[in-house]
Amino acid sequence: MTGHIGNRPGDETVAEFVETTKRFGPVLAADRLSFRIRRGEFLSFLGPSGCGKTTALRMLAGFEAPTEGQILIDGQEMGATPAYRRPVNMVFQQYALFPHMTVAQNIGYGLRQRRPRMAKAEIAAKVENALAMVRLTEFGNRRIWEMSGGQQQRVALARAIVNEPKILLLDEPMAALDAKLRAEMQRELLDLQRSLGITFVLVTHDQEEALSMSDRICIMGKGRIAQIGTPLELYDQPANRYVADFVGRANILSGQIVSREGGMARIALPGGRDVVVRAPAGDTRKDVEIAVRPEALGLASASDQIPDGHTVLPAEVTRRTFLGDHIEYLLRSADLGPLQVLVPRQAERAMRGHDVGARLHVIWAPGAGLMLGAED
Amino acid sequence: MRLYATAVYLFLYLPIGIIALFSLSAGRSATQLQGISIKWYGRALNNPFVMEALWTSVKVAFVSAVLASVVGTMAALALTGMKGRLRAGFDLMVHVAVMIPGIVIGIATLIALVSVFDIVNPWLEAASGYRLSMGFGSLVAAHGLFTMSLVVLIVRGRMEALDRALIEASNDLGAGSLATFRQVTLPLIAPAILAGFLLSFTFSFDDFIIAFFVAGSETTLPIYVFSSIRRGVTPEINAIGTMVMVASLGLLIVAQLMLRRGDARRQ
Repeated sequence: MTGHIGNRPGDETVAEFVETTKRFGPVLAADRLSFRIRRGEFLSFLGPSGCGKTTALRMLAGFEAPTEGQILIDGQEMGATPAYRRPVNMVFQQYALFPHMTVAQNIGYGLRQRRPRMAKAEIAAKVENALAMVRLTEFGNRRIWEMSGGQQQRVALARAIVNEPKILLLDEPMAALDAKLRAEMQRELLDLQRSLGITFVLVTHDQEEALSMSDRICIMGKGRIAQIGTPLELYDQPANRYVADFVGRANILSGQIVSREGGMARIALPGGRDVVVRAPAGDTRKDVEIAVRPEALGLASASDQIPDGHTVLPAEVTRRTFLGDHIEYLLRSADLGPLQVLVPRQAERAMRGHDVGARLHVIWAPGAGLMLGAED
Repeated sequence: MRLYATAVYLFLYLPIGIIALFSLSAGRSATQLQGISIKWYGRALNNPFVMEALWTSVKVAFVSAVLASVVGTMAALALTGMKGRLRAGFDLMVHVAVMIPGIVIGIATLIALVSVFDIVNPWLEAASGYRLSMGFGSLVAAHGLFTMSLVVLIVRGRMEALDRALIEASNDLGAGSLATFRQVTLPLIAPAILAGFLLSFTFSFDDFIIAFFVAGSETTLPIYVFSSIRRGVTPEINAIGTMVMVASLGLLIVAQLMLRRGDARRQ
C-alpha cells in the first residue's frame, strides 16, 4: 500500500449526503445515503455496476437531482444548484474532451467561463502550469485526436484541476487504459492528490484500485452503503457477507454460537467441529455467518502435529493453482463444502505431495475468522 | 453481371452525357452534333431572360435554405431532447414530409396559400392597400417547408451521435446551457447544418414541380427552361442544363465532404 505523506485528511467535512435518495421511475438507484466526505481525503465508491456508485457521484456533480434528502458542499445545500455553479469538477469515464479544441483550449475552458472574466494572460499562465503538472508542456497546441489514451486522460485531469475544485470527481477514469498504463496513472493520480491537497472522490469497480489508492472506501450494493471505512478496516473487519465477498476473497460458512468471551465467540460448524472467531459485541443472534480469508487458513498433512486450540477440518484437494508467490488450493470438505486456502510459496516448499486428490487438514487458528453482521 | 451493371449505368447516365455533349455543338440543332464550340454557353450567359431567371433561382434557393437551416436545426435540437410517443409522432411527420411527391406538395401549398390569401387579402387591402399574392414569398415558403425536413434529418443524426458527456463536461466546467450551446454543441454540429444548407439550396435551385405551382409571376431557371422547350430545344438549353447539373453536383459533393469531415473529427 502507498505510504501517505504530507497532507493528511483531517476531520473537517467538505461534503455531506443526508438521507439522499434517487429514484429513476420504479428503480431505486440510491437509497438513503448518509455519509461525510472529509477535506483532503481520497474516497472511493466501490461496487459492481448498478450498485448506485455512479448515481452518487452524479448527484454530487449536479447532473442528477436527489429525489429525497440533501447534499451539502461546504455546508451549503446544493439541491437547486446546477452543475455549472458547483465548486466541483469531474474527470469523465471516456474523458469527454472537446474534439474541436486544442489541448490548451480544453484545459482553459473552465477558466474562460468565469464571470467576471479572467485576464487572458492569467488563463494562459494557469493552463501552462496545469500542462506542466500532468507532464504535457509541449502538447498545448495538439489536437485531441492526436493524443494517446493515457495522454487524453491527463488532459482530462488537467482540465478539471486547473479550476481548483473543492472536490475532484473521477468516474472510472482508468477503465479504458491497459493494465500497465493504469498502474502508472494510479501512481500519478495519488502523487497529484497528495501535492494538491484536493479532495478526490473516485468511482470504481476495481477493488485493487480502490484498496491501493483510497484513504477510505465506501462499499455500495443495491443503492445502499454496505460499509464505509479504511481499506484495512474493510479487509479485516467486513461488516457483512456482501463486503467480505466483494473486498478480497473469503470462505463464508454458517454456524451456531456456542459461547462468547470478550471479543471472541466459539462457533459450532456443521459436522461437529468448533472454531473460535472474532465477534462484534451486541449481536444476539444464534445462527450466524463467519468469514475467513484464504491466507488466514493453513494446510497440514494428516500426520502433522496441530498446535493447541487450532481447529482441524479434513478436506480433499480439488485444484491446485500456482500464482507465483502463492499457491492457491481449492479443497472440498464433506461437511462444509468448498474451501479456498492460499499458502505462501515458502510454506509450500516445506510440504510434499499435496496434489489433486490428496486428503489434507485445513488448520484454522483462533481469531483467524470473523463473525459477520446481518445484512440489512 | 458486369454487363448488366454496365447497361444499368449507361441507361442512367447516357441521356445526361448526351445533353452535356450536345451543349458543345457548334450548329443550331439540339439533337445533332455539328462541330465543337462553347458558343451556346456564351449565348446562355448573355441571355438577359436566362440571367434574370438564374438570379431569381439563386435568391429563392438562398433565402429558403437559410430559413430551412435555422428552423430545421431548432427543430432537430428540440426533438433530441424529446422522448416517447410525442417524439415518434414528430419523427414520422418529418420522414413523411421527405417522401411526399413534389407534385402533392406543390398542389397542396398552392391551395393552402390561395385559401389563406382569400381570407386575409380583403382585410389587408382595407388596412394597408397591399395584397398578398403568389411569387417570391410563396416560393421561399414552399421550398423552405420541404427542405426543412432534410435539415432536421441531417442535424438530428449528428446530434444523436454527439457524446452527451461533452455537454455535461461543459456544464461541469461552469458553462450554462446557452454558453454550452455556443461553445460546444454548435461548433460540433456546424458541418451538419452546413451540409443541410447546401442540400436545401441544391434542392430549391433544381426544383421545377413545386415551383411551377407556387411561382406566380416569378420565373425560376427550371421554369424558364421548361417554357423554352415549348418553343423548341436549342443547344442553349443543353448548355444551361449542363451548367445547372455541374453546379448542383458540386454543391452535393461539398455537402458530403462537410458531413465526412464532421465524422472524422468525432473519432
